[in-house]
Amino acid sequence: MEKNLIIQPEKCTGCRTCEMVCSFVHTGEFNPLRSRVTVFNFDKVGMAAPIVCQQCSISACMEVCPVGAISRDDNTGAMMVAHEKCLKCKMCSMACPFGATTYDPVSDIMMKCDLCGGDPQCADYCSSGAISYQDPMQANLARRRNLATKLQSVYEEVI
Amino acid sequence: MFGWMGQILRVNLSNGQVSKLNLDIDTMSQYIGARGLGTKIFYDEVDPMVDPLSPENKIIFLTGPLTGTLAASAGRYNVVTKGPLNGTIAASNSGGAFGPEMKFAGYDGIILEGRAENPVYLWLYNDQLEIRNAEGIWGQDVVTATDLIKAATDEEAKVACIGPAGEKLVKFACIMNEYNRAAGRSGVGAVLGSKNVKAISVRGTKGVRVANSAGFLAAATDARNKLRAHPVTGQGLGAYGTNILVNILNEHGGLPVKNFSEAAVFADAEKISGEYQAEKYLVRNKSCFGCTVGCGRVAKIPKGKFKSRGEGPEYEATWAFGADLYINDFEAVSKANYLCNELGLDPITMGGTLACAVEMYQKKLIPAEDVEVPLTWGDGDLLVEMVKKTAYREGFGDKLAEGSYRLAEKYGHPEYSMTVKKQELPAYDPRGQQGIALNYATSNRGGCHVRGYMTSPEVLGVPVKVDPDSTEGKPALLKLFQDLTALCDSAGICLFTTFGIGLPEISAQIREATGVNMSDEEFLLAGERIWNLEKMFNLAAGLSAKDDRLPPRFLEEPMKGGPHKGHVVELDKMLPEYYQLRGWDEQGVPSDAKKAELGLS
Repeated sequence: MEKNLIIQPEKCTGCRTCEMVCSFVHTGEFNPLRSRVTVFNFDKVGMAAPIVCQQCSISACMEVCPVGAISRDDNTGAMMVAHEKCLKCKMCSMACPFGATTYDPVSDIMMKCDLCGGDPQCADYCSSGAISYQDPMQANLARRRNLATKLQSVYEEVI
Repeated sequence: MFGWMGQILRVNLSNGQVSKLNLDIDTMSQYIGARGLGTKIFYDEVDPMVDPLSPENKIIFLTGPLTGTLAASAGRYNVVTKGPLNGTIAASNSGGAFGPEMKFAGYDGIILEGRAENPVYLWLYNDQLEIRNAEGIWGQDVVTATDLIKAATDEEAKVACIGPAGEKLVKFACIMNEYNRAAGRSGVGAVLGSKNVKAISVRGTKGVRVANSAGFLAAATDARNKLRAHPVTGQGLGAYGTNILVNILNEHGGLPVKNFSEAAVFADAEKISGEYQAEKYLVRNKSCFGCTVGCGRVAKIPKGKFKSRGEGPEYEATWAFGADLYINDFEAVSKANYLCNELGLDPITMGGTLACAVEMYQKKLIPAEDVEVPLTWGDGDLLVEMVKKTAYREGFGDKLAEGSYRLAEKYGHPEYSMTVKKQELPAYDPRGQQGIALNYATSNRGGCHVRGYMTSPEVLGVPVKVDPDSTEGKPALLKLFQDLTALCDSAGICLFTTFGIGLPEISAQIREATGVNMSDEEFLLAGERIWNLEKMFNLAAGLSAKDDRLPPRFLEEPMKGGPHKGHVVELDKMLPEYYQLRGWDEQGVPSDAKKAELGLS
């Protein structure tokens, strides 16, 4: 079964370790703007949310690419950019509804999450569990269980 | 350079000139960064006798070589200046992401000199620095000012600013970044206020490079794994924050009550504990940049007269507003803490100063006509009111704004000020821990717990348990803690990492990041060098061995109850040995041989 990056913002502590490890393994430097994942910290209210490519089934980036440079990796399911074909026209960047595909002027490539070839480092280094790499069928079971627990406790009170 | 960006921005506020200070690898190897490098630059450039609130004082914002990397908890920066609270070298440390953002802008730090003619704020975007008029922003609280500056510069910018307390030159005003993180102690906010600088807003698009990619990844990963596995950093601090210490210190008999005047056991400790906070008020935990610990408390008081929302309170603030003032209402304590964040005040000194005032008022040493309302123990409303009055220097708040030493001295009884070198002591009664007592006495910035946190071995048993009541071996252990802490602060990582990692892990991360191939012992020696340079600054600023003392209460009044009943601090058993181990003479002056050994001659 293909795994997905599952994002659970309610667990994110806003530490941005994912940005650090992502930019480092992809570019050799620590630079949030060259990371494929971005954490938005809402400091005033203490909430945070990581945003990263969702490897959509219907992929706007692939659909819009004029030269067919974006395709799905058979093994990981990641949408991959063939940099040698890519025109750097940035249409994928414009089309992506998540803003998860952007242009890196330093290395002159379109950058997006490649799932690190099946071992995404953001998930490996995330200590809060806000980013995990798992079977999508299992995703959100914890949230459903949380809700169920609330219902269960209500039932316990009234029955 | 690797790890370091290699340059510091220098801004002269008097004439608007901006220049760059290029860093050399020798200096960096010796002073590492942040606290150490800041002290070195400050020592070389500023007259130690300078008036802290004059244009001749400088204020340096500085990161370390690990700041803004994958290193464990590497979000720290230091503010180095001469502090107005007590005239010692101040290195106030803060987390969040302001430090990393300075590096992403291409600089290890920023030096501010002189004084702007009118209120300004700085906007740094990579190589571009603008000194902007702060009209409409000056006078605002931290939240409003940060919102306005982000709107005027960049929504993603990181903003460090002062609140009204800094503008009013309150002696213990702090600098706040990202609303809730504080460079809290020594009054660094008043220095910024004296320079007419409301804020620094930073945004960068550059990257930090390290010397040895594979080696650094391995070292950082090792440190992170150890922190995640350790019970303090992997579980306790994330679940209950620093307030996990309330019940622990209370059981230890070291949680000071009523300005340290009673047995250090607070009957209502449970009601101000981290467990209570987590159950009743915690929204979630939060991390600074790159931190696996996540000790930050996002909390809210949902209803009632203290309805509010913010971060914290942390252990020290909870104690200062709780047990020290005999207040058992966590909602009042929280509200006062959030006000300190919004107005830009150090809660330790705020609480300590108010506690001093209450004790003196109760003893009729402060006349009733000098205060607007009676000063009593256990009064949450008084606390909240006095925090506001202090920040704006209104009424009796104007006297509180000077800190407890000046307050108590004004009324003729400085002995009621629970300070060392005029800085208020934190939340550990020194009669219950001989090691922390020696740390208080010798700390280069006065009353402070984060220069040599002896509570860790004496109470928590980390990394080893030592007898808190014994003086034996304490000078040597403290020296090690102080030197290691100086290294840790200078590297740009959080002191809390030292619960789970030590010298080998810290050194490995610096070594792999910078490519400076020094041994662990040489890195520790850098910590010792930094400690000695701070000491030399203080001596040149007019401090002496008579300032390495505790208030008479701790030396003469035995603890009134609890596990340490009858104990006093046995400072004279420890201090001479400490001086000797440090290579200082009997007056606490570094010897020529020690200076030569450290390259400080």
